[in-house]
Amino acid sequence: MRAYARELPLLLLAGLVVGAQVSLSALKVDFYLTQLTMAAWYSLVALGLCLLMGYAGQVSMGQAGFFAIGGYTAAVISTTGMSSWLSIPAGVFVTAAVSFLVGIPVLRLKGHYLAMATLAFGFIVSRIIVGMAIFGQADGISDVPPYPLIAGLAITGKRPQRVENFYLAWGVVIVGLMLALNLVRSRTGRALRAIRGNEEAAAAAGIDVGRYKLAVFVLSAVYAGFAGACLTHFNAGIGPGEAGIMKSVRSVALVAAGGMANLWGTLTVSVVLTFLSLRGAFGLFDDAVFGGILVAIMLFAPDGVFSLLRHGIPSPRGFPRRAKGGR
Amino acid sequence: MRGRTVFSVALIFALLAAFPGWAADADTVKIGAILSVTGPNANLGTPEARTLQMLVDRANASGGIAGRTVELFLRDSQGDTGKAISFAKELIEEQQVLAIIGPSTSGESMKLKGLCNDSETILLSCAAAETIVNPVAKWVFKVAPKDSFAAQMIFQTMKNMGISRIGVLTSNSGFGQGGKAQIEKLAPESGITVGISEVYDKDATDLTGVLTKIRGENVQAVVNWSTEPAQAIIVKNMKQLGFDVPLFQSHGFGNLAYVAAAGKAAEGLIFPAGRVLVADTLPASNPQKKVLMDYRSAYIGLFKDEPSTFGGHAFDAFTILAEAVSKAGTDRNKVRDSIEEIKGLVGITGIFTFSPADHNGLSMDAFEMLTVKNGRFTPLAP
Amino acid sequence: MGGAQFFQYFLSGVATGSIYAIVGIGFNIIYNATGMINFAQGEFLMLGGMMAISLQTFLPLPLAITAAVAATGLLGVAMQIVFLSWLRKPDVLRMIIITIGLSILIREAALHVWDEKVHALAFWTGDETSSLAVLGARLSPQLLWVLVISGLMVAGLTLFFRFTLTGKAMRACASNGTAARLCGIKAPRLVTLSFFIAAAMGALAGCVVSPITQTQYDMGMSLAVKGFTCAVLGGLGNVGAAVAAGILVGVLESASIAVLPLAYKDVVALTIMLAILLVRPQGLFAGIGRKSGPLGQAHGGA
Repeated sequence: MRAYARELPLLLLAGLVVGAQVSLSALKVDFYLTQLTMAAWYSLVALGLCLLMGYAGQVSMGQAGFFAIGGYTAAVISTTGMSSWLSIPAGVFVTAAVSFLVGIPVLRLKGHYLAMATLAFGFIVSRIIVGMAIFGQADGISDVPPYPLIAGLAITGKRPQRVENFYLAWGVVIVGLMLALNLVRSRTGRALRAIRGNEEAAAAAGIDVGRYKLAVFVLSAVYAGFAGACLTHFNAGIGPGEAGIMKSVRSVALVAAGGMANLWGTLTVSVVLTFLSLRGAFGLFDDAVFGGILVAIMLFAPDGVFSLLRHGIPSPRGFPRRAKGGR
Repeated sequence: MRGRTVFSVALIFALLAAFPGWAADADTVKIGAILSVTGPNANLGTPEARTLQMLVDRANASGGIAGRTVELFLRDSQGDTGKAISFAKELIEEQQVLAIIGPSTSGESMKLKGLCNDSETILLSCAAAETIVNPVAKWVFKVAPKDSFAAQMIFQTMKNMGISRIGVLTSNSGFGQGGKAQIEKLAPESGITVGISEVYDKDATDLTGVLTKIRGENVQAVVNWSTEPAQAIIVKNMKQLGFDVPLFQSHGFGNLAYVAAAGKAAEGLIFPAGRVLVADTLPASNPQKKVLMDYRSAYIGLFKDEPSTFGGHAFDAFTILAEAVSKAGTDRNKVRDSIEEIKGLVGITGIFTFSPADHNGLSMDAFEMLTVKNGRFTPLAP
Repeated sequence: MGGAQFFQYFLSGVATGSIYAIVGIGFNIIYNATGMINFAQGEFLMLGGMMAISLQTFLPLPLAITAAVAATGLLGVAMQIVFLSWLRKPDVLRMIIITIGLSILIREAALHVWDEKVHALAFWTGDETSSLAVLGARLSPQLLWVLVISGLMVAGLTLFFRFTLTGKAMRACASNGTAARLCGIKAPRLVTLSFFIAAAMGALAGCVVSPITQTQYDMGMSLAVKGFTCAVLGGLGNVGAAVAAGILVGVLESASIAVLPLAYKDVVALTIMLAILLVRPQGLFAGIGRKSGPLGQAHGGA
């Protein structure tokens, strides 16, 4: 019985997801499922980034670049008459490959250098997308067909399959969360935490720092690329805005607000804020809200919104609970 | 002043977003609008949003359209396709709008084309791409003029000026690339050679390098096609380089702010545009004059700012819809059919005549060749 | 390519490059004082330009510029005091996130205070059509102003850091904060001063480039990226090197027009930055090694 205690939160989440769908459909307001589905896909990106930034301690300002690589690859493949099921696997593969190649040199950097390098990467990706005709330049790619799964089911935004897609997206998120949680609790997770605390010490303890960092970098990129590919099919298209700096910044804001090393917190904050943003709740101040969140969180709740509930506002002179290690 | 408008619009968003279906009235005309009010295309979306809000307020103040109150659901997509899609779905399903006005950009419009067509919601796009209405989709219309007309007018003027070799600069936005395609396609028919064609980034702030390259190709004129601030920068750069050939701009130049930004350097440049920019110089016999002057004085009165051709798109979209609703009621099929039957409707951008095969409704007459004289737009003397 | 054309490319490259360099200088000033990168640096240029443009309608140009510079400087100070001063021992990640957040807030505030349109300050001398001939190439007199102002800034800063007591105190703090404090140097005040200088210089830069590049509420981010490229290229913390690096980047960008499609011009600067970060992260001109290296070497704390 003890063993299941760990999985309880996940089961609760699954229950919540089912409950949401059932009640929304019963109340005949199931159009909310659309934004909840989109929010789920975007949250996959945040989860990946949480692993990278929160647990491995590596700043990445280029997450949107990987999202776009996955999405555009899927879009190009599915709109140019190639095999219809190839798009998502190809999107994931290309994202993994690019992140691997980029990660090897880039992860040698630290701190603001790493941040700027990943920012530059995201920027270059968005420029390439906007510059090449095959990517639709500034208009992006439209009319992306649904992604066929089994038995007539498909990843699509069309109304008849809305409930199925809601469960699909959330199913993927739960699996992704489960994987991440397992990773974090495993030996790898401990190694990552050691790396985040102090890379030199970790290396001295025998941890292959380079390999672990690269692995997490690629993993987080794959989360983003997979989300990008799926969302492209859901939205039946993708635009160059998805690769922009602002999207990367939003992901960082969501992870920071959720608590850097808090997967559950990140998921919650990401779903809530993305849902509200997609519903236009922030009106003309959408970007300002995310900028404000970044500042407010860093000032008042550097360990995330949920640490506030537990510990109150930390004194600005030091951060509680943070492993003090050299930087 | 602007802050207040922004704040009240923002407040309306927040309320409407939080409570869908709020204040729904059985016999209201529900219009959705998805525009790029903030973000990188704010210069398109802000005048569009203002114009639309102004028209809706005016209509409601005088009893609505055919006696029915107009409910406007305005959403700021920030030029982001994901948000545009999300808002479209919300407007179609939850608010059950009769029609959607916008989006401001071609990329977003193409994403909504299939969606609106499948869900039988009228879409009146304010964006420029030919592909929005070609191939024609039953429920999708476009109120912005065709790039090909603008290009043809430019070439006609060039022929009159004896120009045969040109350099072409376009921004990497959808608008720029659409123009580039039309220019390169239509130039040979007019006997004009494109000596060199370069694409610049829409955020570019200095174009002396590429202009130097163009000058090296011995061109007799330069054509620039974009809607970004780079339009004004190119004007200045050319004069600063002493590069003294005629400069042609696209209809994206239709905003006095760019002339102000370009200052004296703008004197003498030539571009095709809607007549809203020169409303006061039109003869009283011009069929558009009254509508244009009304719009100008209303816009200036409310926003203390010159209207642009972009705001005109929103005006036309609303006017077309209002015309169709007043003729056909609120049944969407009937309204859609009614739009296709519109003939000779005087708008800001031009005079609209739709048909089942023509969902744009404009002809080359929508454009007038303008030039800049003494810091104002004036029609180009033929 | 003829000699005149080559020189024209070179000249526009130098001019653009000095604009980037000025942003890079701003980064370096704050980096020297605090060891952190202020991502909001680009916004100072935007604010300076916007304020001067608003003021020029009822003040003579030099006064408008001075007022804008002073006001932006004070805003920089306010930003530092309100948001940044009370974070002791902040880690790099938090600083990056906060300053990015601040740059977004400043940008959105500018959008709502002013508007989304593009504006331009009046030319300092001449107007939009003025053109000077220099060795077969033509340029606007405003570009000369850009070069002059950049030069003055570098000279002024060098003199400041080398010959004034405050400047030397700032260098001491940057070099070894603890020792400096032991000598009675009040580090917090100097940090505030560094923000004032960086913001004021950014504003001045914004005013001098506004006639050419125009000013718009969202111009800050891309300038910040280019400016950071120059700062890194020259070696973080090295003010003079940032200028040289800036000119190098500008010229390379300009030269790229001859071979690459113009749309990829921005990619040039970023690729250069990536390359430097990966190959020689301490910068091209690193010899004056100090500060936390990009590979995480510790520095004498601040």
